[in-house]
Amino acid sequence: MIGVGKIKQYSNILEKPLSKGKQEVSLSAFAFLFSELVQYNQTRVDNIAELERRLEDAGYAVGARVLELLCHRDKGNRRETRLLGILSFVHSTVWKVLFGKVADSLEKGTEHEDEYMISEKDLLVNKYISIPKDMGTFNCGAFVAGIVRGVLDGAGFPAVVTAHFVPMEGLQRPRTTILIKFAEEVLQREARLG
Amino acid sequence: MDTNDSLRVASLWHSMHAISQQLSPTTGCSGIELLEADTFDLHCFQSLTGTKFFVVCEPGTQHMEALLKVVYELYTDYVLKNPFYEMEMPIRCELFDINLTQAVQKDRVALLGR
Repeated sequence: MIGVGKIKQYSNILEKPLSKGKQEVSLSAFAFLFSELVQYNQTRVDNIAELERRLEDAGYAVGARVLELLCHRDKGNRRETRLLGILSFVHSTVWKVLFGKVADSLEKGTEHEDEYMISEKDLLVNKYISIPKDMGTFNCGAFVAGIVRGVLDGAGFPAVVTAHFVPMEGLQRPRTTILIKFAEEVLQREARLG
Repeated sequence: MDTNDSLRVASLWHSMHAISQQLSPTTGCSGIELLEADTFDLHCFQSLTGTKFFVVCEPGTQHMEALLKVVYELYTDYVLKNPFYEMEMPIRCELFDINLTQAVQKDRVALLGR
């Protein structure tokens, strides 16, 4: 007699397959949590560069974990070895999982060979944040830059990642650009691979 | 009207609002909702936390309650979620100002039909 409709029982919790989990989190909940993260760091630093660095470090931890999770869950444990591969992975898969949509655009820098830019008209973390005038060019997108740096570092593409505001004509708010500058060894390896 | 004057007027209104709650002949009064004068109307909205939003408009303007609710939503979004806003301070958030003017403009267009 075939056991139809029998649920497979797992004796060991480690054998249970990884569930996809709840796909969405309340935006307000995240906004408040992120706001508190920024305020917490603001009281512990002396200048803006330090605050940006702390936000980036927070994002770095997220990025490292996101890479492991996505490689297992979405890509079947395959890893990217080419530059364009990892960039499009960040641009679409990582963005889709974290922010619910793919990034607006991925561009190659014109001035330097090792620079790439991911742009977003309205970065999710910046959605409710207005930077006061006396903070100059500070961008809370440094958190997202940290996430990208974490993903790239974990995948073996060391890079320096920063977030910038780029004013655009026709848009009331400047759009945010994540600037990725790859280390020398990455470009050399890429050239060797042909 | 500069910031100090606004603060003075707002604190006046806060006291009047509180006094009116005590003065009301009916029980369960939650404060002044509408003040009608010769040259203006003042609509007030009080949130569950006691924060009051009031709008001064021309006499007889409709749909001010809806506008106040929209402003309340904008406040919770662009002011309270802003890490650089200190509680109880005057609001200097760019996004709040932009969205506020947009909401008022939309209202004005809808009301005047222009």
